[in-house]
Amino acid sequence: MTTNDAATTRTAPAATGRSGSLFAEVGRVLEGHWVWYRLNWRATVISSVLMPALYLIAMGIGMGSLVEPGEFTQGHDYLVYLAPAVLVVSLVQTAAGESTYPVLSGFKWQRNYLAVAATPISPARLALGELTWIALRLLFSGLVYLLIAALLGALLNPMVLVSLLAAVLTGMAFAAPVVAYSATVQGEGAGFNALFRFVVMPMVLFAGTFYPVSQLPEVVQPVAWITPLWHGTELARGLAFGTLEALPALLHLSYLLALAGVGTVLACRHFHKRLVV
Amino acid sequence: MATAGSLIHARGLVKRFGSFEAVRGVDVDIAPGESFGFLGPNGAGKSSTMRMVSCLSPRSGGELRVLGMDPDTDGPRIRARLGVVPQQDNLDVELTVRENLQVYGRYFGLSRAAVRERAGELMEFAQLTDRADAKVEPLSGGMKRRLTIARALVNDPEVLLLDEPTTGLDPQARHVLWDRLFRLKQQGVTLIVTTHYMDEAEQLCDRLVVMDGGRIAAEGSPSELIRRYSTREVLELRFPFGRVADHTEVAARLAERVEVLPDRLLLYTDNGDAALAAAHEAGLRPVSGLVRRSTLEDVFLRLTGRSLVD
Repeated sequence: MTTNDAATTRTAPAATGRSGSLFAEVGRVLEGHWVWYRLNWRATVISSVLMPALYLIAMGIGMGSLVEPGEFTQGHDYLVYLAPAVLVVSLVQTAAGESTYPVLSGFKWQRNYLAVAATPISPARLALGELTWIALRLLFSGLVYLLIAALLGALLNPMVLVSLLAAVLTGMAFAAPVVAYSATVQGEGAGFNALFRFVVMPMVLFAGTFYPVSQLPEVVQPVAWITPLWHGTELARGLAFGTLEALPALLHLSYLLALAGVGTVLACRHFHKRLVV
Repeated sequence: MATAGSLIHARGLVKRFGSFEAVRGVDVDIAPGESFGFLGPNGAGKSSTMRMVSCLSPRSGGELRVLGMDPDTDGPRIRARLGVVPQQDNLDVELTVRENLQVYGRYFGLSRAAVRERAGELMEFAQLTDRADAKVEPLSGGMKRRLTIARALVNDPEVLLLDEPTTGLDPQARHVLWDRLFRLKQQGVTLIVTTHYMDEAEQLCDRLVVMDGGRIAAEGSPSELIRRYSTREVLELRFPFGRVADHTEVAARLAERVEVLPDRLLLYTDNGDAALAAAHEAGLRPVSGLVRRSTLEDVFLRLTGRSLVD
């Protein structure tokens, strides 16, 4: 609409805001996070990297000294066997943290998502921005972890950088559905505690990080197979040790991509439902 | 048909939440440069109407054009040209004042250079320049509110929508805020305000609608509404609590209309002093008698039988 004539001198000039492409708007959401992160990254690195480093030292070096390299460690030192798996497990834990309380806060406590809803950026694009931000955070945490693992002599070769990509995908296969869930939480996030206790924690212990799932009783094994963590761990180890075969690789990859994909679609939908009322 | 040149055009606008109808057929046209108000008590449907006009909430029925476009299909393009001040501040409290403005400007697609410059201007406007690099968290309520308004102006909006802009602020902070909004009005920014404060409506609005129960009860400028729905003056007679009803019959003979409140009688008349003298003559002995001019509160009382702030 044009404001008709020059006689209405009080009419304000045209606004300077404009909507942008999907790519540009997701980028602007990332930029918003970056403004905060560039000053606060140290604290987040400590919590998301120190923990896996401690795991690696305690389990890999401490307990690992009792473990003879053998068939189940694929011939490697236990520390080396553990390194790619701890990468995956630590990213999944970071993903769980980033996709729960911070998302609920955006809707409920800090309510910054409500502020974004009043801009040209649509709720679905905001959701995509949030997920992309989590993926970048995982990538960065993973890189710092690998640096520490390398210093500890836990890495065999640079192929572990490909494992890192598998680990980020695994993190997102978990984060995307959880973000979708978090966008529906109305209360104070009591469900998150259950999620950490009854999903994340058992996954860490039983999805093949510290020993092959085949060591578990046969009836329990299928439970491990449905976790994204097991698929990610198989991928990451297989890539790092060069033992990955095409068909299992394809299955693991498909499963993780499906989880991440369905989670992303649901997250976009739930953000829309929550913000456009 | 849209009235030529109106920025907001609504006909039979409806908002339902499940079976509850919050807005029940609102007709409104707002012209460029106008300051327009939705006045009404809590639950009157003001905020729901405002959210539909802000393209934050889809309408359940009726016709709505904002800046000549349909919010259902052109939401992002419309929002790019609006400024929205929500009822509850939703600033990023972990960022500084300056960062809040810059980040928000980027959401509107402004260049980095543009947001830097605009942030400086807006901090000046909001009298927050000396707090530019302070975190938002410890700022006072009035400062946060000014920052929220400044943030809504980052894209030079053609329409600024303010939902209860001064609720919860102390009187001084309210006046500072009103002063800022006056300046915007002078610059030609179209203001749309919801409020349940009559003084705010009188201060800010060229024209307003009184809303009640999801409908528009009356429309006009503040002075028009007062002229149409009230008398020039009001005599307030205060009585001991519970004794008010004893005097209504006598009072009714002294004025055009009488409203009974729990602690006082309101006598609507064009000459309050004369009515006060007549009241004494008629033997009324109120605890106090006060003559004042009619306000929008009286209009509201007349239209709905209830007072605004209950």
